[in-house]
Amino acid sequence: MQAFLGQLLIGLINGSFYALLSLGLAIIFGLLRVINFAHGAQYMLGAFFAWLLLSYFGLGYWPALVIAPIAVGLVGAVIERTMLRRLYTLDPLYGLLFTFGLALTIEGTFRYLYGASGQPYATPAALAGGTNLGFMFLPIYRGWVIVFSLVVCIGTWLVIEKTKLGSYLRAATENPVLVQSFGINVPFLLTLTYALGAALAALAGVLAAPIYQVSPLMGSNIIIVVFAVVVVGGMGSIMGAIVTGYLLGVAEGLTKVFYPEASNIVIFVIMAIVLLIRPAGLFGRDA
Amino acid sequence: MKPLLKVSGLNAWYGESHILHGVDLTVGEGEMVTLLGRNGVGKTTTLRSIMGIVRKRKGEISFTGADLMKVPLHRVAPHGLGFIPEERGIFSTLSVHENLLLPPAVAKGGMTIDEIFELFPNLYERRSSPGTKLSGGEQQMLAIARILRTGVRMMLLDEPTEGLAPVIVQRIGDVLKTLKQRGMTVLLVEQNFRFASKVADRFYLMDHGQMVGEFPVSELSARMDTLHDVLGV
Amino acid sequence: MTLTLDIEKPKEKNPVVVQTVFLGIGLALLLLAPLFFYPVFLMKLLCFALFACAFNLLLGYTGLLSFGHAAFFGGAAYFTAHAVKEWGLPPELGILVGVVGAAFLGLIVGYLAIRRQGIYFAMITLALAQMFYFFCLQAEFTKGEDGIQSVPRGHLFGFIDLSQSTNMYYFVLGVFVIGVAIIWRIIHSPFGMILKSIRENETRAVSLGYSVRNYKLAAFVMSAALTGLAGGVKALVFQFATLTDVGWQMSGEVILMTLLGGIGTLIGPLFGAGLVVTLQNYLATSEFPVTIITGLVFMVCVLVFRRGIVGEFYHSRLGRKLGFEHRQ
Repeated sequence: MQAFLGQLLIGLINGSFYALLSLGLAIIFGLLRVINFAHGAQYMLGAFFAWLLLSYFGLGYWPALVIAPIAVGLVGAVIERTMLRRLYTLDPLYGLLFTFGLALTIEGTFRYLYGASGQPYATPAALAGGTNLGFMFLPIYRGWVIVFSLVVCIGTWLVIEKTKLGSYLRAATENPVLVQSFGINVPFLLTLTYALGAALAALAGVLAAPIYQVSPLMGSNIIIVVFAVVVVGGMGSIMGAIVTGYLLGVAEGLTKVFYPEASNIVIFVIMAIVLLIRPAGLFGRDA
Repeated sequence: MKPLLKVSGLNAWYGESHILHGVDLTVGEGEMVTLLGRNGVGKTTTLRSIMGIVRKRKGEISFTGADLMKVPLHRVAPHGLGFIPEERGIFSTLSVHENLLLPPAVAKGGMTIDEIFELFPNLYERRSSPGTKLSGGEQQMLAIARILRTGVRMMLLDEPTEGLAPVIVQRIGDVLKTLKQRGMTVLLVEQNFRFASKVADRFYLMDHGQMVGEFPVSELSARMDTLHDVLGV
Repeated sequence: MTLTLDIEKPKEKNPVVVQTVFLGIGLALLLLAPLFFYPVFLMKLLCFALFACAFNLLLGYTGLLSFGHAAFFGGAAYFTAHAVKEWGLPPELGILVGVVGAAFLGLIVGYLAIRRQGIYFAMITLALAQMFYFFCLQAEFTKGEDGIQSVPRGHLFGFIDLSQSTNMYYFVLGVFVIGVAIIWRIIHSPFGMILKSIRENETRAVSLGYSVRNYKLAAFVMSAALTGLAGGVKALVFQFATLTDVGWQMSGEVILMTLLGGIGTLIGPLFGAGLVVTLQNYLATSEFPVTIITGLVFMVCVLVFRRGIVGEFYHSRLGRKLGFEHRQ
């Protein structure tokens, strides 16, 4: 029972990261029609920024949680503004290939600078230790990750569905030219969206740093799984991306209990099954 | 009197296709001017080129004295120009209310929300529905209404009555008359010249991407033969 | 746009003549190459060139971006290595096993991936290839991280000793030429025409009554099989099969070769493969981070060099004068 709950917890944690990352991917894809392969690299950048801030500036977890996403978001904005936006009129595969190249460049650079093995990052003092919930022992940081990511996901959803800015985003996703003719600066909106997506990835990275090791390879390991998550969930729906992320994380965690050998491919298997019976994805709104 | 909108020698392309071959037109403040012509002669392209949606253009477009050719698309509306496309462009992921509030106000003097709901009572009733759950006529009302809120001085209206029942067409005619009274300047594209004759002051006749005729509404009946030729009706 | 069409028309005979000349020169070069270059390097080049050409059948001619072709390449390498080493099959049958295995994998992956359009297709192929990677990591017969080593080259048809570099080289060259010839035949057949029409305007192809899914699947399986041919041969050339061959980096590499050489040209991938393999060889000894260079080349190509080497040549003045049509 302990093992079961323990794995469920891990599943929820992984699910938190899957949800955050597929949320960012879905937002970027929705408006820019680009699959941001560099999303994993931006996640890695977030974790590395946190580590660098600590190692070189003595800035801990809490400042990192704010600074890293902003920094990575800014880098993303520059990339979008100078390079990515030239690809919008082309076949979407070029966006994928460009961001793939970007991911390789970022990962390669950090692998060159810091080697392939990971650096440890300490759990922040305020969140260290654990509590005994009676039916299981809950490490506080793990609980924090789940709660915080849930808050961020729902908060993002609220911004998109319920605010004016969100309505600009949703409208621009449907008909960017018409929205521009209304006088709304859609090009800026595009930059902002990419930056926001990158920042979300980086935020996930900071959250991940104390749990997984901070390694240049952490991005590419996770991005392919996140791709499978968005195929299952469909990218047309923000809430769909979030829910699917948590669901598949839990599925992965449970598989580890009952059939551990399959745990690293279970999400792909689920993807294959969903493709067979419901090709549009669980929440598919787009083709 | 200096015209509000002056277009000279406008050429425009969709990719390699040369659609407009030197369009000239003027619209004075408060006028309601209609572009008539068969399908495919370039009426919609004219509106889209003026607005800046079509970017491959040559020629002069002057609006309130400003040269619109150099203005990026998202900065055209603040000059006081609004565009309502043929397909209306109601957003399905936004409610009616959100659709209505989407275009930002570009000047004072736009209709207030209350005035809009007074003019379009059925929009008030449906304000929480998703935008595309509305009927064609209601969507057209919404498309016009949301531009009215922004305080533009001139509207470019592309085939507002297309595909709508006669009762709704009448309603739209009433709306346009009200707008005229409020001093709104309108450049209208219409195939239904009977409808246009009830609201317009002046007509331009278009063929093959150029203007081939211009006359005030008073001469409409006298020009019927020419119209039948050019419009093929 | 200036009307260059009228000026080029009279030269219709030229393309065939010019192409045959180039073909002749190319073949001659390849036949004589072992005199100047290390055979193993050349064989590696030919394998990857075939890999890239097979990949381009899918990308350039059918318009489908597969991000998981390494599964077929590396998978075939494993299948062939196992068949030759454990089952003792002669090389030609071993390669056949690789091809059939790759085709079968292609059938499964293709069937699943084609159920989604556009960019989802690429993501699905990536995910499924990753699944195959994990399978290879854990399976018995692939020997995990070590891979299958000491794969014997054997005797072709029972008497040609392939452990001799020269023999092996001409065998690989022969396979390469046959492979490219098959691709050429596919492209210039009615089937190939339909693929092109699917690439250009899928909805129209559907409205014309073609069962587009079946054509896509057929193209996918063919591409996978030919990729398997390259992979199986590679296993014999290097005499091992490892996880690297089925990793996503390998999938990315073949895309790069095709992009660099020219998507939608027949011989573009050959040049792309040549460039990438040469570059890798050159950088292998230095400290230089290959990944960074690969990434940068990708970015630059996508931004400013989408036609690729051969594509740019066809589009250049010299290329157009020689009568090559400019394809997008």
